[in-house]
Amino acid sequence: MHPARKQRLYIVLFIVAFASIAIGLIVFALRQNLDLFYPPSKIAAGEAPLETHIRAGGCVLPGSVVRSTTNLDVEFEITDGPAKVKVYYSGILPDLFEEGEAAVVSGKLNPEGHFMATQVLAKHDENYTPPEVADLAGEGADHQKTCEVISYDS
Amino acid sequence: MIPELGHFSLILALFLCVLLSIVPLVGSYTNQTVLMKSSTSLASGFFVFTTLAYICLTIAFAQDDFSVKYVASHSNTLLPIYYKLSAVWGGHEGSLLLWAWMLAGWTFAITLFSRHLPLEMFARVLSVMGMVAVGFLLFTLLTSNPFDRLLPDQPREGSDLNPLLQDPGFIFHPPMLYMGYVGFSVAFAFAIAALMGGRLDSAWARWSRPWTTVAWVSLTLGLALGSWWAYYELGWGGWWFWDPVENAAFMPWLVGTALIHSLAVTEKRGVFKSWTILLAILAFSLSLLGTFLVRSGVITSVHAFATDPARGVFILGFLLFVIGGSLTLYAFKAPQVKSVSRFSWLSRESLLLGNNVVFVIITATVLLGTLYPVFADMLGWGRVSVGPPFFNFFFVPLMFIVCVLLGIGPMVAWKKSPLKNIGGLLLKPLTISIVIGLVFPFLYADEYSISAAISVMIGMWVATTTLAEVIHKTRNAPSFMAGLKKLTASFYGMVLAHIGVAITVLGVALNTIYSDQKDLRLAPGSVVTVGGYEYLFYGVKEVKGPNYIAQEGRVEVTKDGRLIAELKPQKRNYLSGGNSMTEASIKSSFLRDIYISLGEPLQEGAWAVRVYFKPFVVWIWLGAIFMSIGGILAISDKRYRAHVKRKQEKLAATQNLAGAS
Repeated sequence: MHPARKQRLYIVLFIVAFASIAIGLIVFALRQNLDLFYPPSKIAAGEAPLETHIRAGGCVLPGSVVRSTTNLDVEFEITDGPAKVKVYYSGILPDLFEEGEAAVVSGKLNPEGHFMATQVLAKHDENYTPPEVADLAGEGADHQKTCEVISYDS
Repeated sequence: MIPELGHFSLILALFLCVLLSIVPLVGSYTNQTVLMKSSTSLASGFFVFTTLAYICLTIAFAQDDFSVKYVASHSNTLLPIYYKLSAVWGGHEGSLLLWAWMLAGWTFAITLFSRHLPLEMFARVLSVMGMVAVGFLLFTLLTSNPFDRLLPDQPREGSDLNPLLQDPGFIFHPPMLYMGYVGFSVAFAFAIAALMGGRLDSAWARWSRPWTTVAWVSLTLGLALGSWWAYYELGWGGWWFWDPVENAAFMPWLVGTALIHSLAVTEKRGVFKSWTILLAILAFSLSLLGTFLVRSGVITSVHAFATDPARGVFILGFLLFVIGGSLTLYAFKAPQVKSVSRFSWLSRESLLLGNNVVFVIITATVLLGTLYPVFADMLGWGRVSVGPPFFNFFFVPLMFIVCVLLGIGPMVAWKKSPLKNIGGLLLKPLTISIVIGLVFPFLYADEYSISAAISVMIGMWVATTTLAEVIHKTRNAPSFMAGLKKLTASFYGMVLAHIGVAITVLGVALNTIYSDQKDLRLAPGSVVTVGGYEYLFYGVKEVKGPNYIAQEGRVEVTKDGRLIAELKPQKRNYLSGGNSMTEASIKSSFLRDIYISLGEPLQEGAWAVRVYFKPFVVWIWLGAIFMSIGGILAISDKRYRAHVKRKQEKLAATQNLAGAS
């Protein structure tokens, strides 16, 4: 074979081999590092895996926020209307965390079905609701007002 | 009246761009000098009218003209004047105007600095810039006009600029970032013009190289500013989040980095020509994709996209047109391009090819991680998010490879280098970095960290090999100083940029490994010790700002009885209502930052306070500054200046011939 062609062939082979290893790794890593989102009703129904890193979100149930008086532990409940889930967290809550407003938590479910959060996210600003939470109110609902229209009686 | 004037100027600019994208191009194919020469005046007109439009919007902000919808939703009479002026790019419509203005600026700069180009090439480059401008101006005018009025019910007061944006970082970060983003359009225009003419030689690479480097420098600074801003303004001590919006700007930077290296090979050796062209197309396409991701709302939710599809569909269409069009042109023209010279496995060419491949792979992983949630949502696989672990999983080892190659690359000669020569040169740097790497964790912390040892090794490897290369280059000079004087500006540029990489790598790694954070409950008068520092909390009092009221805490930081800093973190409530903002207080120094932010008030005057100890964090941005200075030095090299150009061109031509034979 012509030396130039030979060199080109090696380069192509090298790139193909390298790219396939890369793609394989990407797929593997994606499977490992995806955080799935579950609304409270699915968690309550037992559809969410335990002890796996997941995210959940809903509206913070008014009156459910309880703070410790000695440290930064806090517990609250999030709801999507039909169901609610208890969340435990230790640390500083974001600026825009409020009762009756949307929040997204990430962490793991313990065997009792309680959510042990390692991170709590609230809205970016007063006009924004996390898309996952907005979806809970159903398609076409006004994104801004999800937590105002949700019923907290259940 | 002024907003209408602005609107009208923008429309005029659009018409000039339509002409710019057609007339000089037709001229270049029919060989009519008059038509080709019209490109200069058309491009200048585009710049003048876009500038006028930009000034009109700025005036509307300065005068608090709340009858303009965009002003009413992004400004407020209480806003300090410097924020009013920068609020122009505080939202979607104004950002696009800034985009268009930057594009006009770059186009105008081509007419000023690239006059020495052959007329045909010059006309085509400007035509391509015109086409890009048509797309963006149409997008601005049709879907996001910043001059829309709110009449007859104009509000008395504006709803204020987002408090997050009311910070000096906001004045510098977006223009810098956009300058880099948009700057890749020049590299793109040169690539397309070269493809049209089928003239891809080292002269082409030399012409487009300074432009690409300027764009890359702006983007580097823009990203660094953004990361620094996020660090001190978001209040939670992070400096990079792998957030889609960050990724959108980071991907063009990654490909841009590959591009400036590949351009070097094309200029010096005349190989990788079609690869370089492809990278130029890719860099600009990723800039456009970034704009699409950020501006269409597709990232927050595909549903958000569906509720306001006009914008997203427009950019998507434009994106497809640009990528599809340029790749089609590439497919037809690139096979005609032949490389003239060959190189062996151990040569600078191969190592730079390695650099390119790794950078492109990093870009691919970032792209996949960024887009995957969008696809998953679209295909109904549920809502997923791809977090930092995914990105780090690839980024860290791949950057490790880049750093290893970076140490060897500059040492190796073009074409071919015998293995034992390089081995001799690399032995000393290798030993020094391994020793320093192994010793550092002992001296720095009580607990030995293997990852710190590896990080220091790799950082030192980049630094010491770069310095060894300087020493090697000056070995034949009568004295070291005399040798230093003889080195070219572009060599110094490379040295500085690579030292910058070492600094950033060390900063990122050591910060990640040794950072410490504590959430504390602090009652007034209480003392807490974290990492050898004592924090005395004096409580919180109320202070007034121009447009906010803040709760300001006072914390004294002491170490071994010595006062280190008095920090005053704030919790601000803006008078325009709504948001409260955490304003961290930071004591910065070369080796570590102490960073305090106020959480929420607890009972009896106590506050939740977060204290961070952030070692080496300023190194991250210091490295970026080094890289940028390196880039600027590289383009100040005299071979890019017009008056020596002819001589150089002859020289290049003879070299090419020599290379071919």
